[in-house]
Amino acid sequence: MSNVEKMMSTEEKKAVETLLFQLADDDFLFSYCGSEWLGLAPHIEEDVASSSITQDSMGHAAMYYKLLEDLGLGKADDLAHLRPAEERKNSVLTERINGDGYYMDTPQYDWAYTVVRSYFYTQAKRAKINSLKESTFEPLREVAVKASMELYYHVMHWKLWFEQLLSSTEEAKAKMISAIELVVADIGDLFSYGEQKELIERFGLIDSEEKIQNAWLEALRPTFEKLKLDLPIVPEPKLNGRNGQHTDELQAAIDTLSEVYRLDTATNW
Amino acid sequence: MVMMTAMTADEKMEYFMERIESGDKIQADDWMPEEYRQTLIKLISMHGISEIMGALPEKEWVPKAPSLYRKLGIMAKVQDEMGHGQLLLRVAEDLMKPYGKTRGDIMQDLFNEDLKFHNVFHMETKTWADAGLIGWLVDGAAIITQTNMLDASYGPYAKALQRICAEEVFHAQHGESIIMALAEGTEEQKAMVQDALNRWWPALLMFFGPPSKATTGASKQEATIKYRIRKNTNEELRQSFLDKYIPRILSLSLTIPDDTLHFDQEKNHWVYQQPDWSEFKKIIKNNGPKSQARLNLRRSSYENNAWVREALSAIVE
Repeated sequence: MSNVEKMMSTEEKKAVETLLFQLADDDFLFSYCGSEWLGLAPHIEEDVASSSITQDSMGHAAMYYKLLEDLGLGKADDLAHLRPAEERKNSVLTERINGDGYYMDTPQYDWAYTVVRSYFYTQAKRAKINSLKESTFEPLREVAVKASMELYYHVMHWKLWFEQLLSSTEEAKAKMISAIELVVADIGDLFSYGEQKELIERFGLIDSEEKIQNAWLEALRPTFEKLKLDLPIVPEPKLNGRNGQHTDELQAAIDTLSEVYRLDTATNW
Repeated sequence: MVMMTAMTADEKMEYFMERIESGDKIQADDWMPEEYRQTLIKLISMHGISEIMGALPEKEWVPKAPSLYRKLGIMAKVQDEMGHGQLLLRVAEDLMKPYGKTRGDIMQDLFNEDLKFHNVFHMETKTWADAGLIGWLVDGAAIITQTNMLDASYGPYAKALQRICAEEVFHAQHGESIIMALAEGTEEQKAMVQDALNRWWPALLMFFGPPSKATTGASKQEATIKYRIRKNTNEELRQSFLDKYIPRILSLSLTIPDDTLHFDQEKNHWVYQQPDWSEFKKIIKNNGPKSQARLNLRRSSYENNAWVREALSAIVE
């Protein structure tokens, strides 16, 4: 048992674990979706750039899973690969497919959807990371400092795509507007802490849901004003991923990402 | 400074050959014989496009990589390959400028099947061990052919290769690490590596191309050696590969699927079962096991994203 763990009450430990699972699962799934684009981005330079973001996000997920491992929850790789869908705490937005088709065939991925999802997600992640820098849980503060510098570039990257595609051809604009609708419909649980909201907020692990959501909206505001768009209205979640409610898309992702690992979970790969 | 404009064609050619024979580097804007330019465009655009097509077999294993660490490693590796493709296509684009051609034309040539990609990337991947084997032995083979051109007479290509080779060394280590974990693992994991080696061995021999024109009816090696782009023949490179990797493969208790394989002390070279060169001919005509599937993936993703490229050019205009 680590020193950090010894000092925590059962309730606090529960809150820390829950938040860590939410952060880890979000980045893990977000990175998984990004990795499917590898080699297929709209141009080669973008392939290289977005792959760096995908790798950074996987790196962040790995840090969170490692903290969970340190708290005695099991091996980081088991936590990432073996947990069933109903135990996963990622937001529904991060489990959505990139578009039609399986990545091993000839998928018709939607770049507009990827840009909108990535911009909204990384901007929300930034609001959380900024808040985590003040977390009462020290290991989270350390991760937040590490992730923060990379996240600055992630947001800048996706914001540029967002602004450019909405300021170009009619076709691009139309695709982006429909993508915004699709993404906003799923964004409800991105700001939710689920059933453990009260504990997570009470122990000061991160700012309240409302504060994070407002920070997100304020960060989007200048871009939306410049593009003459209405700020999104965050809907009540239809499914709350934080409480283990997910779409079938998550199960399909888990099947793929754990296919090799599940062949033998005891061995070294 | 030599005034090229005052020279006859023969004098230009003579001066050019003197330069490259003395080890001087040719730059993008220097005068160069047409055959040299054409040879370079063909070689470098094929190399660049092979990096990009080469991302596809490994990419199949990126989402499935069996740990967080392996997921990170293979993503970075495939990203590097795309980066090499970008670097090389930029070099090719400079060479194509006098013809008014761009990267779009290279992609179209690939789709029309006028431009081919390396024979090794037409092969199928079946298990995670293939992802390791590609990194270890395919990149290992690539290091041998590419270091052979590090001193290429064309400066921009030599410069790009410096960086590419440095990264390929990491790739080979990444692949070796995957293979070693499997080779030291369970019986199933060991069988997985052996099976991958059995399937990839002929492709690895073919990697270096036919020993001579006589084998397949075409080989670019003469022109590339004449112009000091590369130093050694296909067979010499294949022998270097066998020198380097046979001991390593055997040290992992793997069996090389060739009963005839041995080192001839007298002739000082490896004797091996020739791969089926008629199969090679099929592959380089895009009739290999995965040639059309990979081309279709590249075509369909290019088409699917056409609106993005149009949107970006509209902003530039």
